[in-house]
Amino acid sequence: MRGMTLIVKTITRLIVGLIFLYGIYIVFHGHLTPGGGFAGGIIIAGAFILLVLAEGSEELSTEVKKWRASLFESLGIFIFWFLAMLGVFAGTFFFLNLLPKGKPLELLSAGIILPCNIGIGIEVGAALFAIFITLAVLKGKGDKE
Amino acid sequence: MNLIVLFVAIPLGAAFLMPLLGRVARKIPDILANLANFSLLVLALLATKQGLVVYKIGGWEAVGGIPIGIYLVLDGLAVLMLLIVNVIGFLATFYSVAYMERYTDKPRYYTLFLLMIAGMNGVILSGDMFNIFVFMEIAAIASYALVAFGTEAEELEAAFKYQVLGTVASCFILFGIAIAYSLTGTLNMADMSRVIAQQGIGTPVFFVGTLFLVGFGLKAAIMPFHAWLPDAHPSAPAPISAMLSGVLIKAIGVYALCRVLFNVLGLGKVSSFLYILLVLGTLSMIAGSLLALGQRDFKRLLAYSSISQIGYIILAFGLGTPLGFLGGLFHLLNHATFKSLLFLNSGAVVYSTGNRDLKKMGGLSQRMPVTGTTSMIASMSISGIPPLSGFWSKLIIIIAAIQAQQFIFALLAVVVSIITLAYYLKVQKLAFFGKLGEAWQEIKEVPAVMCISMIILAVLCVGLGILLIPGIKAVILDPAVEVLYNGARYAQLILGS
Repeated sequence: MRGMTLIVKTITRLIVGLIFLYGIYIVFHGHLTPGGGFAGGIIIAGAFILLVLAEGSEELSTEVKKWRASLFESLGIFIFWFLAMLGVFAGTFFFLNLLPKGKPLELLSAGIILPCNIGIGIEVGAALFAIFITLAVLKGKGDKE
Repeated sequence: MNLIVLFVAIPLGAAFLMPLLGRVARKIPDILANLANFSLLVLALLATKQGLVVYKIGGWEAVGGIPIGIYLVLDGLAVLMLLIVNVIGFLATFYSVAYMERYTDKPRYYTLFLLMIAGMNGVILSGDMFNIFVFMEIAAIASYALVAFGTEAEELEAAFKYQVLGTVASCFILFGIAIAYSLTGTLNMADMSRVIAQQGIGTPVFFVGTLFLVGFGLKAAIMPFHAWLPDAHPSAPAPISAMLSGVLIKAIGVYALCRVLFNVLGLGKVSSFLYILLVLGTLSMIAGSLLALGQRDFKRLLAYSSISQIGYIILAFGLGTPLGFLGGLFHLLNHATFKSLLFLNSGAVVYSTGNRDLKKMGGLSQRMPVTGTTSMIASMSISGIPPLSGFWSKLIIIIAAIQAQQFIFALLAVVVSIITLAYYLKVQKLAFFGKLGEAWQEIKEVPAVMCISMIILAVLCVGLGILLIPGIKAVILDPAVEVLYNGARYAQLILGS
């Protein structure tokens, strides 16, 4: 896949950080405002996908990126599983909300929901990006043949 | 405190660890997958002593007698199914250690395999309609990918067909769940069952039942909905074929169908609905066996045979008597062992000769004694030769049919049993007996790991008849029959605990 024009590249560089930040905001405020791990993860993946689309996949070492994306995907879902298992390790129920609940409407509240959202955010962002990169690599191979 | 959630949590955790650790050393995927499945096997054996367990995820207690959280329920039927899934699952993983050396990317294979196990255990334990759907999709999507694992044209085509029809089935099931939810206002199966019992079984309940019959019937490959199975099951790698035919169609097909129809909707005493099961079961029993007769491809023949044997199970459930349920459940257990064994045998033949065409084989017993002997035991067991396990379950089904005064169905079951014997004798004659072909002079028996799995399954095929001895029957089979026969008691037991 080839990159786009200079205009697109420049604007992408300007806004991609903001999109990424917005994704993180959505993930971290999942227990307070609409959104959460899934929505935020998609926005984070969107930032990466925008970069690849604008810059083109040829200059990127896509194989390395694919490998890292799938590594982070496994890590994210493993975090989520581990948080769910905390209850079992503590001798109570699966998915029990063990951490202190805090005050409602504060950032550090609602126990394990925030860490769960972070795990889901990493998982969804990395998985979506991995799917995109895989398709981009396949398309690149198809074009050459 | 109870640990039944580990049936879902262990395979999920191992599946998520696999991509992280799989690249560290070559042996880690094998060790991790076998360890996970072995611990599941031990847990399943321990679960036989548990009795009824209701596990509330997240510790959410019922409010005013109405459940609000997600429930996992372990009862007699669930114990039987967990035993089947995890015994066959462990043996198939053990077999994969050697068999999957021929394929690339073992970590990914084990990840999908463990996800499939997690999905099936989830379906079996779930006490919540929507969670049945979610876990069923986990198992089904993992199996779509596993069917395509070889990524040859034929495998991709089979996986595509399987996926399209599987998704159609899921749509029917989701539609059924939505209507049942709008009827009762709850998704908890016990609560739903209680509400339906109060409202009485009206036309909407029949409609929901029909939707589930089509949806889960597609997953179970009952006759009019069977078209995907003969393509999908042979295309997968052999241990996966064994899992799909031996376990998956039962866990997310037959089991889920029975659980929903008998325990939730309470249709177990409605004779018109049972008659549909009876007819569909007989239809797939006859058609599956006739189609299997004409096959030349070893694995395809086994796939058609699965349709036929599932027909027996559905027929037995359609009788609606305790003896019918006993026969059906026992046949379900037996079919899991001998069909998995036969698929593992076919995998061993493919491993050694690279060939699935029966006409090109011959005399393989001379070179592959373990494969030959174990496949002989499995073939005789599935055809119902005494004293092997298949004989007892078929005998019970036929006696149950006579007792329920369904003489024609009993006669058809006997006839199909003879046809089954015919096509398995054909397999034995063409593949394992006779003169050794020119091309196969140099072949060897498969590695010891694969042999051990096959031998254990063969021992089960011979010995499972002991489950009918009264003392043992009271531990494993009777509680499962009890759950299906007294369908409406399910709600009282769970809401009461």
